[in-house]
Amino acid sequence: MRYAEAGYSLEVDLSRGNIERVETDPKWTELYLGGQGIAAKILWDRVPPYVDPFSPENLLIFSAGLLHGTPVPGANRTAVNTFSPQTNFLAHSLMGGFFGPELKHAGYDRIVISGKAPDLVYLWINNDKVEIRDATHLRGKGVHETTRLIREELREPNAQVAAIGLAGENRVYSASIEHGFASAARGPGPVMGDKRLKAIAVRGTKEINIAHPAELFDVCIKLRKKIAESDDVGDWMAVDEDDSFHHDNFAWGNARTRLKNYWNEELQERWTRWKYDNMDRQKGCYNCSKKCINIINYKGKRFGYKCYGKDTYHMATFKELDFSYEILPLAMEYGVDSYSTPQIIAFAIELYEAGILTDADLPGFPADSGERAFYLLEKIVRREGIGDKLANGVYWAARQIGRGAEAFDHNTTKKFEQLPIKLGKLNPPYFLMIATGEKMAITQIEGSFPQDPIPDLEEREAFIKKWSVVVPDEKFLRWFREWEKRNEISNEASCAITDWNEAMHYLDDSLGLCGFLSSFRGQFGGGVVYHINNLPQIITLASGIEFDKDKLWKVFQRNRNLVRALNVRRGMRRADEKPPKDHWAVRDHEFEQKLLDDYYEFKGWTKDGIPTKETLDQLDLGFVSEEFIKQGILSGDESASSRAEKVGGC
Amino acid sequence: MKGELTKKKVKRIKVDLDKCNGCRACELVCSAFHAKPRYSSINPARSRIRVVTDEINDEYVPIRSTDYTKAACDGRRVYTIKGKEYSECSFCGTVCPTRDLFKDPDSGLPLKCDLCEDDPPQKEPLCVQACSLNALTYEEMEEEVEEEKKLSEMELGLKSLVDRYGVEKLKDSLARISKKHSCRD
Repeated sequence: MRYAEAGYSLEVDLSRGNIERVETDPKWTELYLGGQGIAAKILWDRVPPYVDPFSPENLLIFSAGLLHGTPVPGANRTAVNTFSPQTNFLAHSLMGGFFGPELKHAGYDRIVISGKAPDLVYLWINNDKVEIRDATHLRGKGVHETTRLIREELREPNAQVAAIGLAGENRVYSASIEHGFASAARGPGPVMGDKRLKAIAVRGTKEINIAHPAELFDVCIKLRKKIAESDDVGDWMAVDEDDSFHHDNFAWGNARTRLKNYWNEELQERWTRWKYDNMDRQKGCYNCSKKCINIINYKGKRFGYKCYGKDTYHMATFKELDFSYEILPLAMEYGVDSYSTPQIIAFAIELYEAGILTDADLPGFPADSGERAFYLLEKIVRREGIGDKLANGVYWAARQIGRGAEAFDHNTTKKFEQLPIKLGKLNPPYFLMIATGEKMAITQIEGSFPQDPIPDLEEREAFIKKWSVVVPDEKFLRWFREWEKRNEISNEASCAITDWNEAMHYLDDSLGLCGFLSSFRGQFGGGVVYHINNLPQIITLASGIEFDKDKLWKVFQRNRNLVRALNVRRGMRRADEKPPKDHWAVRDHEFEQKLLDDYYEFKGWTKDGIPTKETLDQLDLGFVSEEFIKQGILSGDESASSRAEKVGGC
Repeated sequence: MKGELTKKKVKRIKVDLDKCNGCRACELVCSAFHAKPRYSSINPARSRIRVVTDEINDEYVPIRSTDYTKAACDGRRVYTIKGKEYSECSFCGTVCPTRDLFKDPDSGLPLKCDLCEDDPPQKEPLCVQACSLNALTYEEMEEEVEEEKKLSEMELGLKSLVDRYGVEKLKDSLARISKKHSCRD
């Protein structure tokens, strides 16, 4: 009997219409847990490096996490992985909601989609009955309309639906997959469109079995209570109306302009009124009492947002919150990522103002920045005129437009739009995270160690008191205690901090846990509910597989190195590991390169950022080192710079 | 037929729709509590409480299963509350032929909320315990009620089988099964 997991993958070949239920190797669970971990293994085994993301051979994998469907609260984030047409690397994408748990109850841990349908289809998974159904009547439909129509025609109001909108159908690189009010961004949307898969609907009514039921249930009752009562988990931005943090510190427009004293009381009062006058509810995801998603009904259109997602459109266009409320419902129906898309729009506006794009490119371009955003959104999701280039994201659009547009692409790393953050002095762990992170957005990498020292010593100690429960090792407490200036921290500390931050995301993304309860949240408040010290017990109780701290840490290292290996095999090297030039005003090339050297060494990677044979072999990734040597990526006798790493070790 | 009036402890679960965040933890714990052995498996489809959900309509209504009926109803009444339309089915806990709700997914037999009767008693039904947002709250009070004969879960299941197949067919099957059974013994 398999515990916590279903033990089966659903394999769907859209070219041949073949559907299979395939039993998975239980050994994989012990090695990679599930979610993104096992997805990485499947991509390694089955998608050779020469496969173009827009090729039938590329796989699109929807994965439930190992803990989905168990009583563990907040286990609900579905990982969607493929190779991204924008970066050519692994697309790391997650969405909250209800999809993964439903898939588990239907009897599958993941859906592995290959091939390309001859015309638009959708997939209907109803326990053992799986059908590829015609979706040509849904062409061009918005994601919520698609969801409604599918539920109606299947007569199944409880089906969970993930769908693409017009943007995905047209293979717009910033297209997202939308599910309820959750959204999977950063790459899989256009691949879903390329496979001509409009949506997946799933309904499951089967059991998930638990290895140690009574003990796990008891642990979960306590966790659920803690989650409900604690302010240290969940999205505090859903209730904190003071959003000076983003507006005063993040850059507006094309990640260009800081408005340091933008926020004020009068503004806060007005925006709070806009929000609460139009808010229906604050909503949560499966089995989590937090209310992170604001459901807004503005001028008769209902949409949801969380976190910084409410700011991106108005900050890109120098407008106010009501502008985001105007455009978000439309952007959501089209299915576009609200982080990248506003930057592409602001980039185009800048090009127009600089005379690089002209009225010939943008016929009838309005004068108002808000109207311009609507105009450009329409062009992009339809790939109409200049929109065909802009739909490829800032990096590619800049090169395809030419005429000096490249100079306006100043905020991408690995061809992906970064958060619009422009700061003064370097924050060394952030340099490492942005340079070497392969989840592409800093929010998917940072989180366990605070961004800044807490100046007030009493506050700092209060933070440390809660945080001491979650740290993997005492030294993190020491480093935080001694930290005074943001830019002054030892390379040794920067390496270990980056490593720990990554560790928690890699674990969350294979278990299906939400970063707001775990990986992203420790930096704010210190008291997260999931951490390296309690996860081993939780996983053991649910799955019956014995885990301790060291063994779980090794899973992180394995999954981390496997993801790196996927990208190295597709050509990623040290030269790609560069944060945007203007991310910090004060830069020191020599210092940064030494830091990068130290980090690679810490990770057991070569000077070029490639995991060495020794590193790979001790993580049971011998199949990777073998191929690297065969392909000449490694010689096999690279200096063994890696040290035997223990939890949070260096 | 009127039963006798007696004083009785009445238990009820109150629902505040405005407080529900749609997380369905109530469904999860209900299915775990009623699993055999207890907590050994999770399956919201087997839960005796369901959150009727329509995100696009901002509709989240936790309803508990009440009585089994063989009669279907047309379910055509529509109510508008604060600008949102609800079908009457959104508030109905009856186990009826019109929809799949509150039927065991394998056998199709009705599932009935028993307020987590337990020995020793639970302090509150599990769904209430799991609802950290207090959308579900529990009360007990003394009330004069008409004595009614409650059907056990097995009787309820049998009743639904009678409704579906008729007494004769069920009798035949029972006789056949009992015979087979005694042969094996």
